[in-house]
Amino acid sequence: MSDAPVDNAALQELREIMGEEFDLLVEVFVTDSAKRLDAIEQAIEQNDAESLKTTAHGFKGSALNISAARLTALCRELEDMGRSHQLAGAADTLAAVRDEYQAVKDYLLAL
Amino acid sequence: MLEDADPPLKILIADDSNSDRLLLRRIVQTQGHVPLQAADGVEAIEVFEAEQPDIILLDALMPRLDGFETARYIKSRSGEHFIPIIFLTSLNEADSLAHCLEAGGDDFLTKPYNNIILHAKINAFKRMLKMHMTLQQQRDQIAANNQRLIQEQEIAKRTFDKVAHEGSLNAPNIRYTLSPMAIFNGDVLLASIRPNGNLCVLLGDFTGHGLSAAIGAMPLSQTFYSMVNKGFAIKDIVTELNRKLKELLPVGVFCCAVAMDMDFRNKLVEVWAGGMPDSYLYRQHDGSIVNIPSTHLALGILDPQQFRANTYVYAMDNGDRLFLWSDGIIEAADSEGELFGEQRLQAIFAENSDPGHLFDEINQTVNRFIAETDRSDDLSVAEITMVDQSVFDSHGLLVPRAVEITPSDWSFAFEVHPLSLRTADPLPILQKILTDLPGLRPRSGELFTVLSELYSNALEHGLLGLDSAIKVSPQGFTRYYKERARRLHALAEGFIRFDIDYQTDGRNSRLALVVSDSGKGFDVSGMAEVVDSDAIDYSGRGLQLIYAICSSVEYLGNGSQVKVVFEW
Repeated sequence: MSDAPVDNAALQELREIMGEEFDLLVEVFVTDSAKRLDAIEQAIEQNDAESLKTTAHGFKGSALNISAARLTALCRELEDMGRSHQLAGAADTLAAVRDEYQAVKDYLLAL
Repeated sequence: MLEDADPPLKILIADDSNSDRLLLRRIVQTQGHVPLQAADGVEAIEVFEAEQPDIILLDALMPRLDGFETARYIKSRSGEHFIPIIFLTSLNEADSLAHCLEAGGDDFLTKPYNNIILHAKINAFKRMLKMHMTLQQQRDQIAANNQRLIQEQEIAKRTFDKVAHEGSLNAPNIRYTLSPMAIFNGDVLLASIRPNGNLCVLLGDFTGHGLSAAIGAMPLSQTFYSMVNKGFAIKDIVTELNRKLKELLPVGVFCCAVAMDMDFRNKLVEVWAGGMPDSYLYRQHDGSIVNIPSTHLALGILDPQQFRANTYVYAMDNGDRLFLWSDGIIEAADSEGELFGEQRLQAIFAENSDPGHLFDEINQTVNRFIAETDRSDDLSVAEITMVDQSVFDSHGLLVPRAVEITPSDWSFAFEVHPLSLRTADPLPILQKILTDLPGLRPRSGELFTVLSELYSNALEHGLLGLDSAIKVSPQGFTRYYKERARRLHALAEGFIRFDIDYQTDGRNSRLALVVSDSGKGFDVSGMAEVVDSDAIDYSGRGLQLIYAICSSVEYLGNGSQVKVVFEW
């Protein structure tokens, strides 16, 4: 896997599928992601494991569809924490998610 | 691709992730289908109810109502419609996959979504939907056809029951076994009484099963009843049945049949059989069996010119029993496929101690034999016992009918010449005229006994010059009838004439009947002695009956003319 936050070949395929709606897809992804990051932060602050699991799961799915592998993996970590009700270190992981998301977003918007 | 030319499918996408939903919507659209969207389970159900989508793409984890509950609800509401549900999942979620299947999921689509994979899945389900629809249509079609078939069979059975009503099967000397739906096995049992009081029974077995077997039964029974009621002899009846069935039935469909005419006065039975197993004549006095062979082809095979109506005639004593059956009994098979066979049948007769139980023993033995095969529907057996005419008449089978009679008088003459004498029995024509005389019906049997006695005397003794003394021994009996046939065939001239005079004042009716023949006559001086004599042979018995029935009997001239008066 390359160091790029998003797999290039997969991204190319996605562009072909979306055609003129590719920009819309990126826009929706960015809007959704911002909301999700807020929701995840809130869940961690409130120690709400169930909510963490669900929101992280949703984020993970969208990241997967964008072919953002590292972001997907980080989301899965959060989801697993929520599932196992072990929220210790969740804030640190969330910070990593934010960093990775920023990289993905920059990469997509730069296209 | 051919499938892309098909009408587009409505595909519901239920996913709470806006970007994922957008991606799926795009894929579905590009493939030419109509996307419907829902952001959670509750919305998904609303869209499902309103739009009846063909396929549902369902995310597992959604707010308000998750994918599992949504799937369960939709599956429970779709009844026998097949609505494929494809769960949207991430890889590495093995335990939730099981969960999806349990909730009614039909397939999975894993992220990242792949255009080609989804295309393949949608096409696969499209084919499955088509097959499902075809299957349902065909199933419904089959169910409808089956329903219609049952209805038609019921209609056919009702119609048939009207045509082939019980007839005289309830006579005290008849016992029979016949499945209620025998008509669809091709088995028919008919019984009716001729105007002369003889009982006619026909057991038929059509080839095939179902409606095709039943089709021939209608004309068969209608013709049988109509001809028996008009007094036709068994030979004429089977000849006509063969002609009619040959004309009506398709090639390969025919009717194996045994027909019998039981004459209670003269203690005779006449049998015609074609394509059937041997019938049995059981002699009560020594328990012996006479096999009555079935020497003809079944009815409906031969052209009328080739058809032969030769019958066997047997003398029977009271208590002697005639057994008729279709091959269902001989060919009844047990669970190992072994046939019941004629030996087992004969063994029943050999082991029997009370002839009154024969019929039950036959049925029980056969049913025990086939016990585990559940094929008892095919067994048709009839037992007809020789009894006194009085037993038969007193059973009220010839129902008198009340009519108002207007006074009248008329007469007519009917002369029969060699050509007709050789080829046809003229009695039914006379009977047809006389049957409808008001008030006669309760006694028509007696009148026709007289008519047929006088006719056969005129023919056999007057015209053909046969001596009834030959008939005393059983061998002579056969010789007599052979000789009769030979002489009749050679008959070139002569006549038999009936002069009939009818008078009624509305209460009392009187029929004067003069039968003349062109024969040389006989010495009538000894007639009174014959009649008073206790030694009754076959010829004497007939004459005695005439004296008993008629109010006067008078031989005229040289004995070739006899006048009887019948009053009622």
